[in-house]
Parts: sequence; structure tokens; C-alpha cells
Amino acid sequence: MPQPLNYLKETASQTAGPYVHIGLIPAMAGFDIFEKNFSNVLVTPSTQGERVTLEGRVLDGTGSPLRDVLLEIWQANAAGRYNHPADRSAGALEEDFRGWGRAGSDFDSGLVTFETIKPGAITDKMGRKCAPHVNVWIVARGINIGLNTRLYFSDEEAANAADPVLNLVEPPVRRSTLIAKRSERGGKVVYSFTINLQGPEETVFFDV
Amino acid sequence: MNAQAPIAALQDPRLNRAEPFAPPLRDGGFFQRDRSIHPPAHAPGYKSSVLRSPRQALLSLENSISEITGPVFGHNGLGPLDNDLIRNYAKEGDPVGERIIVHGRVLDETGRGVPNTLVEFWQANAGGRYRHKKDTYLAPIDPNFGGCGRALTDDTGYYYFRTVKPGPYPWRNYVNSWRPAHIHFSVFGSGFAQRLITQMYFEGDPLIPVCPILTTIPDKDALDRLVAPLDLNASTPFDSLAYRFDIVLRGARSTYFENRTAGN
Repeated sequence: MPQPLNYLKETASQTAGPYVHIGLIPAMAGFDIFEKNFSNVLVTPSTQGERVTLEGRVLDGTGSPLRDVLLEIWQANAAGRYNHPADRSAGALEEDFRGWGRAGSDFDSGLVTFETIKPGAITDKMGRKCAPHVNVWIVARGINIGLNTRLYFSDEEAANAADPVLNLVEPPVRRSTLIAKRSERGGKVVYSFTINLQGPEETVFFDV
Repeated sequence: MNAQAPIAALQDPRLNRAEPFAPPLRDGGFFQRDRSIHPPAHAPGYKSSVLRSPRQALLSLENSISEITGPVFGHNGLGPLDNDLIRNYAKEGDPVGERIIVHGRVLDETGRGVPNTLVEFWQANAGGRYRHKKDTYLAPIDPNFGGCGRALTDDTGYYYFRTVKPGPYPWRNYVNSWRPAHIHFSVFGSGFAQRLITQMYFEGDPLIPVCPILTTIPDKDALDRLVAPLDLNASTPFDSLAYRFDIVLRGARSTYFENRTAGN
């Protein structure tokens, strides 16, 4: 017998369930308990970059919005730098921009929003430019293991066309499921997205 | 002095906690997720999964900086009672129920503790009722129990909190479906690709083998690893029983050599 490797096994995932708000967004469950809470607002007054609202819904196999879904986003700052020690790229770090937020969908409309900035482009370890993107993680009742996807930006056509991850998506028609559409509303920039869990326009989900 | 530590380091630097030599940076991405131990997205016995499960194949993505990194949290974001569910919502006394301590370590697949990582937990009260505006079960709300808390692991990956044991409750899957007593856990790890939500169950609960959510897990050993044993040694005499629950996140690969095209 060769030496045993003795790796442990990852703990199995379980659904976040319908009451995920209690633990992760208690105010949405209807009560106030922690002094400091996490939120869907990533920006502070000093954050560098273009202020944007990300706004969208997650739709089930009938096209109905999930009204009990929770999303988290993780992104680089406007200089393309993640606020994490493993990112040793050249862009300037902003200590007070964590780059992470969480939001529950509205219990009536299913709408999810984040107030953030548009991240900068990233260079991967092969030296390729990656288009600006936001990493998204989705949990809810009926979702047995968190779903990973990304949001890219519709006004970054050239960068998106060259992005090494978008170019992995086959057939190419599915790439559009990852692109949030830019518009302006009352002087604010809004990127709208739809995440389809099923159907002909099913969003591309990643096994990261 | 532990004379064997350098030998262990030579054998396998990833498993050596003393680390007398600087190990290669663990920034090579995470071990590929073994999906055979996780519940499949589409698990018809858990009816809610039917309309909420992707049907296309997931696109496998080699970890980039976007997946290797993740949010960093510090103690200044937590309050002193955040890991004490017996006190963090108490209004006029302690909540009703069996007082318990839950403790354990957050590890990665190499067996190394995951330090300074945020662990969040939430649960029903002792009667099986959640403090949530969408929960309409007839068991009463406990005025002294919120049902949520959070902790940051220490530098060995250890965490603990105090609470009351949650009760089982009925839910609409089959007409007579009941959830075993459980506590929900949310764990971050060091990179966003380690993000995990799971549930902890209690040793000896007869509802475990008949739960449509728990039995979505196809691997018996993986299911057993979600069941926390009673840990009498960690109990506080005349005060609280204890349960032990270790959580394992994906392992991180080391970068041993940087490969660049010759001449660069």
C-alpha cells in the first residue's frame, strides 16, 4: 500500500432555506440584533470609481422571480485590485472598500440591488486582460449548493470580446446571459441583470 | 523543542502546522470541488429544488484571482454578544430550551485550520419556530431569543458559541415532513470559491434519516459528517451540554514554481 494522503473531505452543502435572512440579514427577517450589519451598499463617500447600481432578479423555471433569494457579490476596486492579501497586483488598494456585499431580494417584487462602483479590469496570471466583472454567489430555498456566476458590463464590448472567461462559454450565444445592461435613471447609472435558473436563456453558472 | 517538526515539513509542508520553513504561497487556487459528496442541484425528493436547479452543465473555471480572493472580516465588525445566542436578544430573561455550547474548527482539506474567518449561524427556537416574518408555524416566538449569531475563528480555526437547542418543525414538502433539529452555518474561508452554507444536525435525532433535505446528499459519509456528536468533555457542569462541529472547506494549492515562457 502507498502512503495514505489523508486529505479531509469538504463539508457537504445544504440549502440556505427560506429563513436565511435571520442569520445573514436579520433586518429583513423583521428584527434588529447586531450593532453592525452587512449590507448591499459597498461604497463609502471616499470610494474611488464610477457609482453604479446593480439591479436584477433571479427567475425560476417558470420565469417567476425568487422572492427569498440571497446574493453576495465580490469585486475588485476601480483600479482592478481585490482587497485581499493574495492580490499583489499593481493597482492601488483602498482599505475602506471591502469589495463585498450581500442583498436579499424584495419579498414582493424579487428585485435585488447593490450600490457599488464599476470595478477595473484585471490582468490574469497569463498576462491576459480580463474584462471588468463582479463575482456573484446565489443561495436560497431549493438551491442545494450555492451557484456561482459573474456579471460583466454591456458598455465594455471590446474588453468583453477579449475576456478569457467569456470566451470559454459555448455556444457563444450564452455569453449574453452574463452581461448586465447599462442605462441611466434620474442621473444614476444602473446595470440591469436577469439570472435565469432554467430555460432556453439559462444563465451560465461556473464550477469554480 | 519538537525535534520532529522539520522532518514533517520535508515530508509534506501542507500538513505541518509548525511551519519552520516558509511554505510556498498557497495561491494556486483551490482543490477541485468533489461534487459527488454534495447534493445535486436537482433533487426531486426536495421539491423546491425542481424549479430552482440549473439544467445546463456548470462551466468549469480554473481559479483566477477573482476566486482565490474573498472578503476579509475583522473583530471590529462584531459585537461582544454576537456569539452568545442566550444573551444577544434577551429582553427579560434567558430563552427557553436546553442550553448548549457548539464548538469546533474550520479546517481546509489539508487539515489546516482556517484562521480569522467569519462563521455565521441561525436557527429556530426550542419550539421549532423561527423569528422570521414569513414563518407561520403555530409554536410560539420566544421573546428572549433572536436565533442568530456569528464568530470569527481564532488563529487555529477554532470557533464557539452558546445557544439553546433548536426544536424540529414541520414544513411543506410532503404532508408530514419534519426537519430534524438543525443549525444553519455560513462560512467564508479565505477565497470566494470556498464560500459554503450548510446545516449542522444533532447526534441521535431520529428525524435525520427521513429528512428530504438531508437525504439529498448522495454520500453516506458526507451526511454523517453533518451530524455533531455530543461532547461531554466540553460541557459546562450544571450549565450547558456541548456539541462539536468541525467544518471543512476546500483545500488551497501551493504555487511551487512560477512558469513563464522562456526569455520573459
